[in-house]
Amino acid sequence: MHSSIEYGSFKSYVIGLILSIALTFAAYFLFAERLLEGWALDFSIGALAIIQAVAQLILFLSLFREPKPRWNLIIFLFMVLVLLIVVIGTLWIMANLRYNLAAA
Amino acid sequence: MSHGQQTHHDMSSNTLFGFWIYLMTDVVMFATFFATYAVLQNNTFGGPTAKELFDVPLALGQTLVLLFSSFCCGVAMTFAPKQQVRKMAVWFGLTFVLGALFLTMQMHECRRLFEMGQTWQNNAFLSSYFSLVGIHGLHIVAGLLLLIVFWIQFLRWGFTEKILTRLTCLKMYWHFLYLIWIFTFAIVYLIGVR
Repeated sequence: MHSSIEYGSFKSYVIGLILSIALTFAAYFLFAERLLEGWALDFSIGALAIIQAVAQLILFLSLFREPKPRWNLIIFLFMVLVLLIVVIGTLWIMANLRYNLAAA
Repeated sequence: MSHGQQTHHDMSSNTLFGFWIYLMTDVVMFATFFATYAVLQNNTFGGPTAKELFDVPLALGQTLVLLFSSFCCGVAMTFAPKQQVRKMAVWFGLTFVLGALFLTMQMHECRRLFEMGQTWQNNAFLSSYFSLVGIHGLHIVAGLLLLIVFWIQFLRWGFTEKILTRLTCLKMYWHFLYLIWIFTFAIVYLIGVR
């Protein structure tokens, strides 16, 4: 019965919850206590968010843990590729536009 | 495995895979809103900046509320294989209450900005902010409505493959909305305000 539905385990949900709380507070304290400045702070907050997202994907959404062939993972990786092209491309083009307009 | 079981098995796994693809396209949509926000966040047209407007402790509270809501939703489904309806009802109930609390906090923040005269019509920064957060809020509203609908269907039809598949899709959707919120909190609130 229900062979293909992934219900997850209570244990992995608790681990995911604790990790997420810890990572959220870590990012908040870096911000609130001004432990870092400028780019270092942005980079650290971004890295903590990505680590938390990966923890969520593994522990809450059971990605990377499905049996082969890992179609969910393949679609996910393709989505990441599209996401990077869209986001980096946008930032690059708009920064370039701003630079050129400032020069003119 | 007989042919009949094969089809039965494929129905729910196809649905879940299709739903996963939908979630991935939804991420791409959110990515365009994030990119827009990142580009426009300094275009305040002389108005107040993110630093002067946003309430970061409230956003931290929202993050924790939505995280607990997502956790409760996942835990509720762990009781499905043993058919523990009462436990599922309690954890789904918590999911709903915390989700509604998140939405209330979101609307409170919105109203606070409106009362300060800061609407999406003021400048590009606020347009992109309200678009991003508003789209996320609409997803939350849809999730809460679906939770009610699927729960009524579940009470009516019980532990059938079809309903359990729907509830599992909803669970994935709810986890996904918290995943998006991690980046909203990090990019809009923490990095935007620092």
